[in-house]
Amino acid sequence: MPASRSDRLGGSPVPSGDRPSGFFRRVHRSVFRHSLQDTPRNRSLAVFMNFFLHFHPVKVRRRAIMFRQTFYLGGLTAATFLLLIASGMLLMLYYHPSVPRAYADMKDLAYVVPMGLFIRNFHRWAAHAMVALAFLHMLRVFYAGAYRPPREFNWVVGVNLLIGTLLLSYTGYLLPWDQLSYWGVMVGTNILKSVPVVGEKIQFLLLGGKSVGANALIRFYVLHCVFLPLVLTLGIGVHIWRIRKDGGLFLADEARVDGVGSPAGTMEDD
Amino acid sequence: MPGVDPKLVLDPAAVPGPDSVRITVVDEESAHPLLDTTGDEGLTTVPHLVMREIVAFCVLVGAIALLSYLVDAPLRDVANPSKTPNPAKAPWYFLGLQELLHYYPPIISGIVLPGLAVLALMVVPYFDINIHRPAFLSGAHFRRHLAAVWAVGIVLIVGFLVSSAAGPVWPLIGTTLFLLMVISVPLVAGRERGPGRWIATRSLPFWIFTWFVLSAVVLTVIGTFFRGPGWSFVMPWEGGFHV
Repeated sequence: MPASRSDRLGGSPVPSGDRPSGFFRRVHRSVFRHSLQDTPRNRSLAVFMNFFLHFHPVKVRRRAIMFRQTFYLGGLTAATFLLLIASGMLLMLYYHPSVPRAYADMKDLAYVVPMGLFIRNFHRWAAHAMVALAFLHMLRVFYAGAYRPPREFNWVVGVNLLIGTLLLSYTGYLLPWDQLSYWGVMVGTNILKSVPVVGEKIQFLLLGGKSVGANALIRFYVLHCVFLPLVLTLGIGVHIWRIRKDGGLFLADEARVDGVGSPAGTMEDD
Repeated sequence: MPGVDPKLVLDPAAVPGPDSVRITVVDEESAHPLLDTTGDEGLTTVPHLVMREIVAFCVLVGAIALLSYLVDAPLRDVANPSKTPNPAKAPWYFLGLQELLHYYPPIISGIVLPGLAVLALMVVPYFDINIHRPAFLSGAHFRRHLAAVWAVGIVLIVGFLVSSAAGPVWPLIGTTLFLLMVISVPLVAGRERGPGRWIATRSLPFWIFTWFVLSAVVLTVIGTFFRGPGWSFVMPWEGGFHV
């Protein structure tokens, strides 16, 4: 058999008996463009020929991927966001953003929809987890000194992502339309009124009225399910892209090597 | 020398002959460590990083699924605008702000203070306040710097004692006092070893950030666990705990 394009990409030749035969091999090559052989070349191709992996570099530093370095807090925050999109879409199949139907849908989720209560629980606890993980991620990044130049802009992006996370959680808080969500949102939006000059106008814009009602529910629903997830998806993309553009994951003695200084907390490596 | 790029620096001492010059190219961009200079061992992303990501993701899904199986999300009665619960609490991550609301008018505790905190967070990497070594408590002016910290701390405490119509802002007074005690440990324990050394080698941004974080945590815990009807101080087991 003459050397095909896929063979050239696939590294060293192996006896043909070890490979998947004809048709399946062609399909596999049409998707992945390289063989399954474990060669350094194929490990590289697996990353930069893959849309979903291309936000990673082909090689990473050993210390950068150790659990104790970052506790994976940023990655876990992004993972909860994906889980929230998945569970949130399931909830949207059963939810009507209208008064008082929204509350009845909560009851249906609990007693009628198969696994409905589990899905709602999952969405709720994942949301709390995302707020907590984002906050812990911020603490870790600060105390490691990773916020300093050249990563200062990515820190600002991160602060805005934390605010976005809080807004997402807060807009979702109203949707069950029970006493807890109603008065929780009432307390928060009443604070807006105290902003000089524009306060009442901002509150009116957000609620679609002067108090929390059916208009507020549909506005919070659109913010929660469309606008804020889109903004956050974009923001997370920028945040992850900037990690690579700003020199990869921050490691403690990188600063010392460059003579810039030591991490925020320390004068020397403890 | 006319016509020479100002970035090309002529080094007259390095000129060996009349016809040759040695130039140094000053590249301002390279001041930032955008390339890996650690010399660490490199691992391929596939499988080393990707496998770790998959395992971490599975653990996360398992933990949230287990929690969802064991604990139900709260659901009270249907929203009723004419029936105000007492206390009416915001979600937990806003209870620090709601606790502040007890002490200061909404414009201060709901807009100005959180706004300033967010602004401070965003500008912190742009201000070069003692983020380089040596840390401000490890140098020769240790006592003078510590006295300055105490002066700022006492101004804050007096401010929190008198500024609120609802009485002293105990959560913030307590946090400030606690951190003043911690930062003064090197006075007693010395700066050579142990906790005294660790504390003396922290930088100024470390203390400012820690003050903000500890204040937020203390306010949130009190708002979540210790506030009952009319925002009165109660113990969690006496009804202070509301999710």
